[in-house]
Amino acid sequence: MTRFFAWSALLFGSLYFLLPLVGMTEFSLKMRRGEYSFDAYRRVFEDPRFWETFSYSLTLAVATIVVGVFLVAPTAYWVRLKLPQARPFVEFVTLLPLVIPAIVLVFGYIRLYNTSSWLPMTGSAFGTDILLTMGYTTLALPYMYRSVDTGLRTIDVATLTEAAQSLGAGWITILGRIILPNVMVAVLSGAFLTLAIVMGEFTMAALLNRPAFGPFMQLLGANRAYEPPALAVIAFAITWGCMGLMQLVTRFSKHERAKA
Amino acid sequence: MSFLTISHLEKAFGSNLVVKDFKLEVEKGEFISLLGPSGCGKTTVLRMMAGFERPTSGRIRIDGQEVTGLKANARNIGMMFQAYALFPNLTVADNVGFGLKVKGVARTEREARVAEMLDLISLSDMAGRFPFQLSGGQQQRVALARALAPSPRVLLLDEPLSALDAKVRVSLRNEIREIQQRLGITTIFVTHDQEEAMSISDRIVVMNAGIADQVGSPFEIYNRPTTRFVANFVGTLNTFSVKVEDSNLGKVRLAGQALTLPGGFASSGPEMAIALRPEALRLGREPGYETVVMGRIEDVHFMGSIIRLRARVAGESVVMDTFNRADQPPPKPGTEVEISLSGKDAIILRG
Amino acid sequence: MAKDKVRRAERRLPLEWLGILPFAIFSVLFLILPTMRIVTGAFQSPDGGFTLQNLADLNTASIRSAYWTSIKLSLISAGLGCAIGFAMAAAVIFGGLPKGVRSPLLTFSGVASNFAGVPLAFAFIATLGPVGLITVWLKTEFGINLRAMGFNLLSFWGLVITYLFFQIPLMILIITPALDGLKREWREAAAVLGATTAQYWRMVALPILFPSLLGTFALLFANAFGAVATAFALTGPQLNIVPIKLFAQIRGDVLGNPNLGYALAFGMILITVVANTIYIVLRVRSERWLK
Repeated sequence: MTRFFAWSALLFGSLYFLLPLVGMTEFSLKMRRGEYSFDAYRRVFEDPRFWETFSYSLTLAVATIVVGVFLVAPTAYWVRLKLPQARPFVEFVTLLPLVIPAIVLVFGYIRLYNTSSWLPMTGSAFGTDILLTMGYTTLALPYMYRSVDTGLRTIDVATLTEAAQSLGAGWITILGRIILPNVMVAVLSGAFLTLAIVMGEFTMAALLNRPAFGPFMQLLGANRAYEPPALAVIAFAITWGCMGLMQLVTRFSKHERAKA
Repeated sequence: MSFLTISHLEKAFGSNLVVKDFKLEVEKGEFISLLGPSGCGKTTVLRMMAGFERPTSGRIRIDGQEVTGLKANARNIGMMFQAYALFPNLTVADNVGFGLKVKGVARTEREARVAEMLDLISLSDMAGRFPFQLSGGQQQRVALARALAPSPRVLLLDEPLSALDAKVRVSLRNEIREIQQRLGITTIFVTHDQEEAMSISDRIVVMNAGIADQVGSPFEIYNRPTTRFVANFVGTLNTFSVKVEDSNLGKVRLAGQALTLPGGFASSGPEMAIALRPEALRLGREPGYETVVMGRIEDVHFMGSIIRLRARVAGESVVMDTFNRADQPPPKPGTEVEISLSGKDAIILRG
Repeated sequence: MAKDKVRRAERRLPLEWLGILPFAIFSVLFLILPTMRIVTGAFQSPDGGFTLQNLADLNTASIRSAYWTSIKLSLISAGLGCAIGFAMAAAVIFGGLPKGVRSPLLTFSGVASNFAGVPLAFAFIATLGPVGLITVWLKTEFGINLRAMGFNLLSFWGLVITYLFFQIPLMILIITPALDGLKREWREAAAVLGATTAQYWRMVALPILFPSLLGTFALLFANAFGAVATAFALTGPQLNIVPIKLFAQIRGDVLGNPNLGYALAFGMILITVVANTIYIVLRVRSERWLK
């Protein structure tokens, strides 16, 4: 009886999740009348804006990951090692982006850093890019911090640090050569999640008027019929790829740990 | 008909037969231990009694009622688990009252019974606490009270002491035994700790590879093990190879010295193995012992009231225990000593 | 000596706090200040003075209905997401399904919970839109006209169905470890004490899970409440929910009064803060038994 309900729940769920995926794939192949073709994909790939926005978002994702790692890893390490009393504050801040909607944040950015403000970041394209990167870092903060902090919990930070110090290592060496390699898996899985978030992000990029992949998809969706589902398939593949890489590094690390 | 009867009980997981032809008759009020190494099937037997595992074949009867096909919640059995089994979201009192509450016992009656149970385990002042506020020993006492509160027909204990500190373990096991005797409840206790099993059981079932090797009182199990496994698993053994002189009269020779085996039995072959417990070997010449052999002390472990000596006798390394005496320091390693022993203490190893 | 030690400790304290200075600066600049700007802006008149007029201006039929629709959408999609996600996770963990189901389900949930926004809207348009796979299939094979039956993807319930695509997997991801944390001993102890499965769930398992369930519900609520991209790509600017209204306001399409935008955003913050306060209070009350 239980098993019957279990199978029904699973079946119902699977159907709900698979149908949209089937739907978008099927639709994306229907551009040519009467037969399936990859025409929609060819159109997408032939569009120069696809490549421009795609590489723009990719660049910003990499920048976000770099900023995020340099911001989160030392902080999480320092809080674990020297400042446990700062933990509630840091955790509260890292959870804020889950509570404050992105659209509210970016609204604050626009009003706070406009051309007539003390820090006119939106005045130039490059400044806006930096602002957008910071916005993305904020969005990724909860995931990045949690991932790195969990990674740090599995190693004995204090002992490793003291051992390295007693061997004469400086702070840069300790962080770069001792701590980071040990939490590399956590950092990487946080990085791939960040990549997935940034590649599809729409609100911030659209409101800051930057040519990112998300607004491009939206624009195409408003004007075309067959390209949008093709884009959806591509976006799904990107998300799947990011998650797959995340799993891969985790599995790799488990393997490594089992060997040790 | 006994109070609890288990007949021809078998359990297979896939092609792996973990319990084979297990039978047991338990009288009302008896305290039975299932003793064996991990993986011997003792826990599986207990879980089949509780109703968590369905036997592949065989029957379980409690108080004349066939329970083999009954679900766990219809058996009216009490059970204590290794650890972490208290409901963390309920207070001590609510944990103890859980069984009564699900049975629909009225509030006042329930509260009286809970108070009685908490008094039994002397934790009345902890009634309002949550499990995380208790020590491990206190948690297990609450677990005992919770198991006993609905007045179960049988109490099952699944290694309830194994997660506790050594000291708490001993005091709690005494408390369990005391409460069990006071209530006269039929109890099955699973453990891998032979000392635990011997100190509180009326009878012990020694299990090995899914089979009940021997059933008997702690005294029988320790002194008259019927299989080599039981002899080795329970207590420490010194084995000797002896020459058979007369198999009918049970006369053998150990290191050239004559011994007479109990019951006048000796095997028909030219040689056989016998075993002696550490306390059956006595340092020096003791009156009333049949013979004396020479040995050389290899090691001395002073353990307080007991001194455990390791010596080489007739080419075998043996262990012997002597009581501490303030006026008599133990021999030093390397000294030659005389060791008294008797054929009547010998355990004859078969199988 | 003792004095020396005290002085050194005094000196060291601020130095150690320097270690999180970069993080503190970042969070002030890109989290706290922007939020404060919204809050203060909501109480400022265009000439900079204090006013409650902006908040009072929210009280129009259109804005009230936008908030109400947003709250309903978030509550319903979070509630359904929790219920269905819980059922699926419980089915896989306790339902006696083959072990091989679990890992793919979790991987897929990881992907689906991040497959939100614009492409998700495209996927649902391709499936349940006017010429979508299911719509057409139902019409040609069974003669069922979804549209005639009142179903429209570009509506409230269409949005709920679409949001569930990331809400359910998120629930599965968060609740699976919590379900794993239910010890077998608890279930078995309840059973030998005579409890039925339902009694075990009602008296033991659900109270233990309650904090996790509550936390996930709060997260799903915020997730749906702040979502812009999915709704915008699905329905364009016309659907009357708060984030879309705010989006349009920021782009300068409507309303005119810039300070009304502050008030609109402040209202969103207020609602998520209230939701999280309720969550924290309930959680503290339900967690008395936790260390």
